[in-house]
Amino acid sequence: MPMNRDLLLEIGTEEMPAMLIPEALEELKKQIEKELANARLEYDSIWIGATPRRLALIVKGIPVMQPDAIKEIRGPKAAQAYDADNRPTPALLGFARGQGVNVEDIVVKELGNTNYAIATKKEAGQATLNVLSETLLQVIEGIPFQRSMRWGYSEIRFIRPIRWMTSMFGGEVVSLEIENVKAGNVTYGHRFLSPGPILLGGAEDYVEALRKAYVLVDVEERRDWIWEQVQRVAADYDGGIIQDDDLLEEVTFLVEYPTAFAGKFSADYLIIPSEVLVTSMKEHQRYFPVVDADGELMSIFIGVRNGIAENIEVVAQGNERVLKARLEDAHFFFREDTKIPLETKVELLKNVIYQARLGTVWVKTQRLRGIADFVGRELGFTEMNLIDRAALLCKADLETSMVGEFPELQGIMGRHYAIIDGEDPLVAQAIAEHYQPRFAGDQIPASPAGIAVSLAEKFDNLVGNFAIGVKPSGSQDPYALRRQALGIVAMVLEGRLTLNLEGVIRYTYREFATDLDLSEDQVVDGVLDFIMQRLRGVLSESGLSYDVVDAVLENRGPDLLLIQDQARALASLKKQPYFNDLMVVFNRPFNLSRQTGDQQVQPDFFVEQVEQDLYDGLLKLDQMARPYLEKRDYLGYFEAIAGLRPSLDDFFAKIMVMVEDQAIRDNRLGLLKMVVKLFLPVADFSKIIG
Amino acid sequence: MPIRVEPRAKLVPARERAYFFWGGIELALTFQEVILTLQTYWGDRGCIIQQPYDVEVGAGTMNPATFLRALGPEPWNVAYVEPSRRPTDGRYGENPNRLQHYYQFQVILKPSPDDVLELYMDSLRQLGIEIEKHDVRLVEDNWESPTLGAWGLGWEVWLDGMEVTQFTYFQQCGGIDCNPVCAEITYGIERLAMYIQNKASVYDIEWIDGITYGEIHHQSEVDYSNYNFSAADVQTLLTMFQLSEGEALQTLEKGWVQPGYDYVLKCSHLFNLLDARGAISVTERTAYIGRIRNLARTAAREYLLQREKLGFPLLKDEARREALGLVKGVNANE
Repeated sequence: MPMNRDLLLEIGTEEMPAMLIPEALEELKKQIEKELANARLEYDSIWIGATPRRLALIVKGIPVMQPDAIKEIRGPKAAQAYDADNRPTPALLGFARGQGVNVEDIVVKELGNTNYAIATKKEAGQATLNVLSETLLQVIEGIPFQRSMRWGYSEIRFIRPIRWMTSMFGGEVVSLEIENVKAGNVTYGHRFLSPGPILLGGAEDYVEALRKAYVLVDVEERRDWIWEQVQRVAADYDGGIIQDDDLLEEVTFLVEYPTAFAGKFSADYLIIPSEVLVTSMKEHQRYFPVVDADGELMSIFIGVRNGIAENIEVVAQGNERVLKARLEDAHFFFREDTKIPLETKVELLKNVIYQARLGTVWVKTQRLRGIADFVGRELGFTEMNLIDRAALLCKADLETSMVGEFPELQGIMGRHYAIIDGEDPLVAQAIAEHYQPRFAGDQIPASPAGIAVSLAEKFDNLVGNFAIGVKPSGSQDPYALRRQALGIVAMVLEGRLTLNLEGVIRYTYREFATDLDLSEDQVVDGVLDFIMQRLRGVLSESGLSYDVVDAVLENRGPDLLLIQDQARALASLKKQPYFNDLMVVFNRPFNLSRQTGDQQVQPDFFVEQVEQDLYDGLLKLDQMARPYLEKRDYLGYFEAIAGLRPSLDDFFAKIMVMVEDQAIRDNRLGLLKMVVKLFLPVADFSKIIG
Repeated sequence: MPIRVEPRAKLVPARERAYFFWGGIELALTFQEVILTLQTYWGDRGCIIQQPYDVEVGAGTMNPATFLRALGPEPWNVAYVEPSRRPTDGRYGENPNRLQHYYQFQVILKPSPDDVLELYMDSLRQLGIEIEKHDVRLVEDNWESPTLGAWGLGWEVWLDGMEVTQFTYFQQCGGIDCNPVCAEITYGIERLAMYIQNKASVYDIEWIDGITYGEIHHQSEVDYSNYNFSAADVQTLLTMFQLSEGEALQTLEKGWVQPGYDYVLKCSHLFNLLDARGAISVTERTAYIGRIRNLARTAAREYLLQREKLGFPLLKDEARREALGLVKGVNANE
């Protein structure tokens, strides 16, 4: 009678990094699915759980016996296995003996066009309990971690040292040993609240036994419980919590038994910019900031303790002291920083070297003023004073203590300090914006001055580094130049900016007074190419197929927006009913005329009427379609071109292009070249896969 | 005044003397009793109690008792106090939590024992901290020292949200894989003492009954902050850096590991001073760090060569010696 049992595996570790556990769990699930399949073990369901100190899984309903496997073993070719009278040859007899099967049981099967003698063997299933030892070992050793380590004399690497393992199938221990840890039927609860071993009867005991030992091992349950508590505690103070899934997830994997508590800090600290307060609370202490009904920060935070409510006031007081010390530090920086205006700090940038070959940050600031001005004019902005002021001040916050302490707040502190200094709010905004976008998907600058200075900053970084031979290669990109280029691409595409990149690169190059290694043209080529590679990635990621992206990039000018529009048009073109006609119009003329130079078409050399017809059609089309092109209505443009097909079909049906007479031939090729040229302003259609 | 080591050696009285701000017994451990308790605790667990190094270091990790001894197959258990200098952290004695000169209590356990975390937690209990009443957490904090070419994985230990210890499993040192891996436990003793004594400022810590940390260190904090941030002569420091670098190289080349390493440490400290002085830009940093790392790597390599030539005498487990193809232990031959 078949019987099913449940499997429990718990890997007890020292505290794992909260940020890495979610991924580790997914990998664990993949591994167990894979290895159970390899072991031919069926099951009903898989549950995965984890806390900082354990990765766990329960597989329900695995049969106690592994099913038999039928194995087919290839023997000699049929021709060599049986003689003319269809009797087994010695070769076949030897094979059968070797495999331990009766020669009568051998069958002939075709494998890859050849008939072979095949022995069918049954591999008897083993007791699942025994099979699982190997399965679980594979699972544990197979989990890939983002960061792994060795400890003591360990040979294997794991996310953190393995300190115990629990592996049970039904009521029995699955024998398993890794490094010097032997698996058993014992688990451990909360590190401090339940330090002793806990004997388990099987998987069915697991979750509840741990709950009694102050461990909520189910991830969802723990996360929900934290969220509920955090909100409830905030509500006690008439406050609310801004939903923050990342923080909630991190906290979930920092505790085994969560208890939320509120802490207070002096309202005096609320004059510190909220970004600083939030960074202190969230990034440094993993507290949930509390906001009032208007969304303003309150002088309250919610922490989550790893333990029970007993003595929670001790924990809250301790945490309050820690936050107070941090905020005191921030307050000190804020007071110090606001004593001297940003404008004065600009001078101090003369002491900060941007890069040994490229001068100080002060020199860079001067360059930024020039480049931002140029970019602003190119984009048709009129706020030239704002742009210049923002460019002048944008790096000054590097000289503040707050940015020294919280580097991630560069730009943001500049904005706050600029407002305190009485700068134009748009200048303040531009200072904050000039680092945007900081990462993929980040907001792009919104204000004209922000856009101009942000682009100037990025071109300055790219051009300067390329010009002294610093260029990212492989995984090496110490100055994050890829991010700079991606920023330019994002700003141009999302902001729909029409900008001639080449002009900006040339202008930027000339702003460098230093001796550079590469010539202006070399830098233009290098930087443009680098940006185009990023554009290729961005367009591909947006769902455009490779052939479309290749086709438009092959043809590229220095206007990214135009390239994107063309790529999108091309993608939608491929879905139009007339697309097939269009490709016919392109392909044959292209293939025939690809070797041909530009030929002036001379109507005098036309022999047949169809030539004249096609020519007339082309001239008319040129007049009719050109406005579409100017309006960048590519669909309209190509629909018109697709209409050329009948006269082109007629052309090919009635005449031969490659005639003996060179003048006539060249004239006909020139005519075809005219057709091909209609496509060129948009893309290289030869790259398109129809 | 005699230091009463005796009672601490039994490890019980310290706990009884504990005092906490949430109410408790009369006497909190003084700063020096925190040190003595930790020394006794780890000494009793087989650690050599070594003394601070006599060259400026930024952390106990840089003491050759850690940086060099973490390399190679020889077991090594050591504990010591390390006065550590971080010039940029100076606050003119005005900030209650930040110092440019402070103390670390450093423990190295090589190879890392299986119960290393329990050992550590017990050490907190010895200091009178009733862990069960608090929130003690291990929060991922991976340590990397670009100047030493060293890195490891581990945690900050949080005591009710306050970082009191850095815990690291060394994976590489001087660019060389650590095998076996050691556990490094670095206690911030000021933090712990502030906690135990319930002081809001580091300067109020009682070093010994009647004398505070501030009375011993405040003025020098002010002076060093002035020196580090404004008085240090950049040109002189740059010259000293170059001289030290040259001296490190020429000494290490000859295989005299520790004298050479002394100058590596000097380079590191001079770099930190230049940094505090604001004389090094973000991009120059990379170059300076690279120079120091090269020196540290050379020192690490030379140290391993030297130990190998000596036959790794501290590796006394015969099975492991054999596994590495080493001759029978030096001691066994005697």
